[in-house]
Amino acid sequence: MMNSGSAVSDNLLLKRNKQKRAVKKAVKSSLKHAVLIAVGFTFLVPFAYLLLTSVKSIDEIFQIPFVWWPETFYWENYANAFQTIPFLRYTLNTLFVCLLAVLGELISAPLVAYGLARIPFKGRNVLFMIIMATVMLPAQSTMIPLYVVFNKLDMVNTYWPLVLPAYFGAAYYIFLLRQFFMGIPYEITESAKIDGASEFRIYWQMILPLSKPALVTVGLLVFLFSWKDYQTPLIYLNEPAKWTLSIGLKAFIGEYEVSWGMLMAAAAMFTIPIIILYFFVQKVFIEGISMTGSK
Amino acid sequence: MADRNPNAAGIRRRERKTLLVGLLFVSPWIIGFLIFQLYPILSSFYYSMTNYNLFRSPEWVGFDNYTKLFHDDKFYLSLYNTLYMTIVGVVPHLAYALAMALLLNAKVKGQSIYRTIYFLPTLVPAVAGSLLWMWILNSQYGILNMALEYVGIAGPNWLVSPDWTKPSLVLMGFWGTGTITVMYLAALQDVPKVYYEAAEIDGASRWMSFWKITMPAISPMTLFQLIMMLISSLQYFTEGMVFAEASQSTGGPENSLLFYSIYLYQQAFSFLNMGYASSMAWILFMVVMVFALIIFKTSAKWVYYGGDK
Repeated sequence: MMNSGSAVSDNLLLKRNKQKRAVKKAVKSSLKHAVLIAVGFTFLVPFAYLLLTSVKSIDEIFQIPFVWWPETFYWENYANAFQTIPFLRYTLNTLFVCLLAVLGELISAPLVAYGLARIPFKGRNVLFMIIMATVMLPAQSTMIPLYVVFNKLDMVNTYWPLVLPAYFGAAYYIFLLRQFFMGIPYEITESAKIDGASEFRIYWQMILPLSKPALVTVGLLVFLFSWKDYQTPLIYLNEPAKWTLSIGLKAFIGEYEVSWGMLMAAAAMFTIPIIILYFFVQKVFIEGISMTGSK
Repeated sequence: MADRNPNAAGIRRRERKTLLVGLLFVSPWIIGFLIFQLYPILSSFYYSMTNYNLFRSPEWVGFDNYTKLFHDDKFYLSLYNTLYMTIVGVVPHLAYALAMALLLNAKVKGQSIYRTIYFLPTLVPAVAGSLLWMWILNSQYGILNMALEYVGIAGPNWLVSPDWTKPSLVLMGFWGTGTITVMYLAALQDVPKVYYEAAEIDGASRWMSFWKITMPAISPMTLFQLIMMLISSLQYFTEGMVFAEASQSTGGPENSLLFYSIYLYQQAFSFLNMGYASSMAWILFMVVMVFALIIFKTSAKWVYYGGDK
């Protein structure tokens, strides 16, 4: 009897301790959340500001004291942006460049990555190191001779200089895909090799179908890069009808600086498509980005 | 004996075949490297020794461009502006991203939501993002100075005062550190939990475990990020071009936004001084190499690679 009594009080004590610990944990975790939310807030406020400014009338934009929420949504900013700059035209141009660049990179980078990851040829490690070293080469250092060449080939003011390099594989994407290919177990391809299948067949019929997440990641990264790129189109595209969104929007800033509502509407239209695209492939993408971090 | 020779020959033949197939697979990169990197970097050195305006053939001038460059105030100014972004920008951004990753790495519910939120700004195109920040930093109507005023601080004239233009860009940079945070987070999640448990048993404080376990374990990631950020800061271009629009000029107020790449671009494509710009390109190349070399050389002291991989 005595024994069981002390056991009960022991149990009570244990329970109380547990409760105390739970409270402490709850306080700690809510503190963490408070910091995370506060920081998240600073990341999100600019977005909210962008969207809300894009639907404010000029009067409201320059109103003091400042109002967050517009009284009525002034959608005309979007219509104006569409009319003032050839927005549709620029979007189509940008899409064209992006898709051709994605196609090129998805043809070339996996091939090179497969060679580096799964064909044990002599010197491949040295080659891989050279490829990685080229990441450090600043674009400005090669810019002028490349321009001279494209100029001689009469390709200035065309999309060739923007997309052609993608068909030869860029170091960063090769690196990503190589990591992924090295992670695929060798047993999978071993039997096919013994049966005499060529490397290209193994690559095409076995490795590529297994690598969809990595290919999606690379595709999205290339798309993002081309969508955002400013410097290359700036150098090569002189004719306004051929401009991409980046240079189109930049040219627009100088001319219409006072019209902040319209500028914000244009910036929003420039940004929203990639955010939507991102949400479609987010899971795969985060995995892919994290992959780079691994080793 | 007679058996081994054909065998060795067979191995050699197979090796040769592997080499051939391997080279075939990597040939796109090799061809691209020769055309888009090796040839341009070499001929850029040649162009840097000439006067060239695209229309007339290059005229050899030896080291004249370099001599002129070393007497060009704008060259030094643009170099200063760029190094400012490197020195004032890179380390704080890196530290901030790491702090965010550490916060996210703590086991909290909704980690993926926070991660998405931190990552979103990196999706915004530089031109659109800079435009947005031009509005945020607008001294009269922008939200930042309004907020500062609310707490009793008179905000500076961010985009117009030459002293504040570069700090504006650094400030904006914090917004775009999401990619680094995500990659740091991945690295943090790779650190074996047993290390921390062992440290806890030995009575190490949180602070100690951070410096003695976390930092060394993620040091390869720090090295990678440091190099990448350094290189991109030395090529700083787009944001500077957009911010300069606030003062309707290339280079911004008192040329405080004339970054090296912008000056190079201007020399090459506005003034068609291809030779002069090429000499700038070569100096940039050297600066990047020197920086990278310094980091790699010192990295032996602070980067730890796990024994097992």
